[in-house]
Amino acid sequence: MKELFKELIKHKIGCASLIVIFILVVLALFAPYLSPYDPFEINVNEILLPPSLKHPLGTDLLGRDVLSRMIYASRISLEVSLVAVGISIGIGVFLGSLAGYLGGIVDQIISRFIDIMLCFPTIFLILAVIAYLEPSILTIMIVIGATSWMGVARLVRAEIMSLKERDFVLIAKVYGAGTFRIIFRHLLPNALPPVLVSASLGLGQAILIESALSFLGIGVQPPIPSWGNILIEGKETLEIAWWLSVFPGLAILITVLAFTLLGETLQEIMNPKKEMK
Amino acid sequence: MIAFLLKRFLTLIITLLGITIISFSIIHLAPGGPLSPLTEFNPKITPEYRKKLVKMYGLDKPLYVQYWKWLKGIIKLDFGKSFSLDQRPVWDKIKERLPVTLFINALSLFLILLIAIPMGVYSAVKAESAFDRITTVVTFIGYAMPSFWLAIILMMIFGVKLQWLPISGLHSTIGYDEMNLFQKIWDWTKHLICPLFVATFGGLAGVLRYVRNSMYEVLKSDFILFARAKGLPERVVIYKHALRNALLPLITILGLSIPGLVGGSVIFETIFGIPGVGQLMWQAVMARDYPVIMANLFLISFLTLLGNFLADIGYALADPRIRLESK
Repeated sequence: MKELFKELIKHKIGCASLIVIFILVVLALFAPYLSPYDPFEINVNEILLPPSLKHPLGTDLLGRDVLSRMIYASRISLEVSLVAVGISIGIGVFLGSLAGYLGGIVDQIISRFIDIMLCFPTIFLILAVIAYLEPSILTIMIVIGATSWMGVARLVRAEIMSLKERDFVLIAKVYGAGTFRIIFRHLLPNALPPVLVSASLGLGQAILIESALSFLGIGVQPPIPSWGNILIEGKETLEIAWWLSVFPGLAILITVLAFTLLGETLQEIMNPKKEMK
Repeated sequence: MIAFLLKRFLTLIITLLGITIISFSIIHLAPGGPLSPLTEFNPKITPEYRKKLVKMYGLDKPLYVQYWKWLKGIIKLDFGKSFSLDQRPVWDKIKERLPVTLFINALSLFLILLIAIPMGVYSAVKAESAFDRITTVVTFIGYAMPSFWLAIILMMIFGVKLQWLPISGLHSTIGYDEMNLFQKIWDWTKHLICPLFVATFGGLAGVLRYVRNSMYEVLKSDFILFARAKGLPERVVIYKHALRNALLPLITILGLSIPGLVGGSVIFETIFGIPGVGQLMWQAVMARDYPVIMANLFLISFLTLLGNFLADIGYALADPRIRLESK
């Protein structure tokens, strides 16, 4: 792990994405100390002010400071994407290793289930499920996680399948290790690198989906700020307040780009055979 | 080939059944059952009337009976009636919108290929050049770009600032009927530029990356080395030997990219006010119009499945190795 980090620092793009992610994490953790204003404070005298020294990113329809709201929104985005990716890795690793290790009918059923889930365009599936539940931060975390595990499952399955015939597994079996012990102690640690890569890519995708849902009005609900729901106001005030649309979108783009490039760099470092581009 | 087709067809049927089971289970996730939006907060609905409704929709029967009834319905394209005020049959609502969505997605798929193939091939041939670097940058920005933001920025620049393009709808509402054919086509084109740009940009990244990498790998392989050693001109090596092998698997990649493309319709149709199934889905979710939601979910995943199936067959027709392997 330490060596991986050292390699990452040496890599120009990897290092840059790490710095962006680090800044984001600091902003999210210390939001109350770093944001210049209260993100919920309504000020009728300062409605839709353009960026200035006092409000670097301007103010919104209710006179709230956009910079402060965006700093608090980074909290929400990171929270949602971390939990969602946690869920999707959990399901993916569990089903993938079962299918890969047990093979036969179990593999058939799980693989077919993966194929079926892949037929649903993610956004349609998420919309359909959310229609039945109250939109809340918890709901979207679970729904995003539960609809994005298929890639991880396939990856882990393939990885475990190629590993399970190796000698060290046989030796573990001879020593009487049970199925779960073999999977979790001996096989999964070897499948970690590709999972790490897809976790990083998944974080970016989860942020994209969260912001899209919030923009569509079924994700994070106002007054809680999210980059996606600030953009709702941005669309309504397109003609008079460019700052409400430009900045939140840039924040999403840069964040997702950082997670994607981090994932790509990890892949390049851990699997030098595969080219990056 | 016949064995291959039969096997694929069987998988298609099993997957289709799986799709119906998952769609059906989602209906019954609703707290208070699928009728809750009709009955909740409606003082006019008495417990007796509710009971009657439950009976009418067959909700008092065991789940497998309900599933069977629903399945029989969808074979006849009977998805029930919409919960909205007009209470129209769901299929009628979808029928008039499906062509719009399919048309825009087909057009953007065509544009994606038109851009991705030459750009990807050229990048691979000139690997590590400045052009290749641009391709990489385009790919990653494409991956990370929130499509709804791209749509808003396009509206802001071309619709509001420059006032070149209209920002909503498929065609003008005022004076559209008086236009002649050419004016109508021009009117549609102007309305479609922004949505098409958003749809194409979103799907381009994956395909472009695939073409570039596939071509790059093929150019490094032994048979290309051999072709060059034979003294074949570079043009023949690239366009005849390499390109064919590099682009074959693209058929599958296109099949796999359908869900992403169609999913994007929800976003650009909602933003640009285009009357397709994506917008219908969003409106139905906002209004909790469950029959429309379920029908949409089922139909879109069915079309995705069909697309993948056709891609599989196309690939097998084009590449004999595949159909021989999977016998």
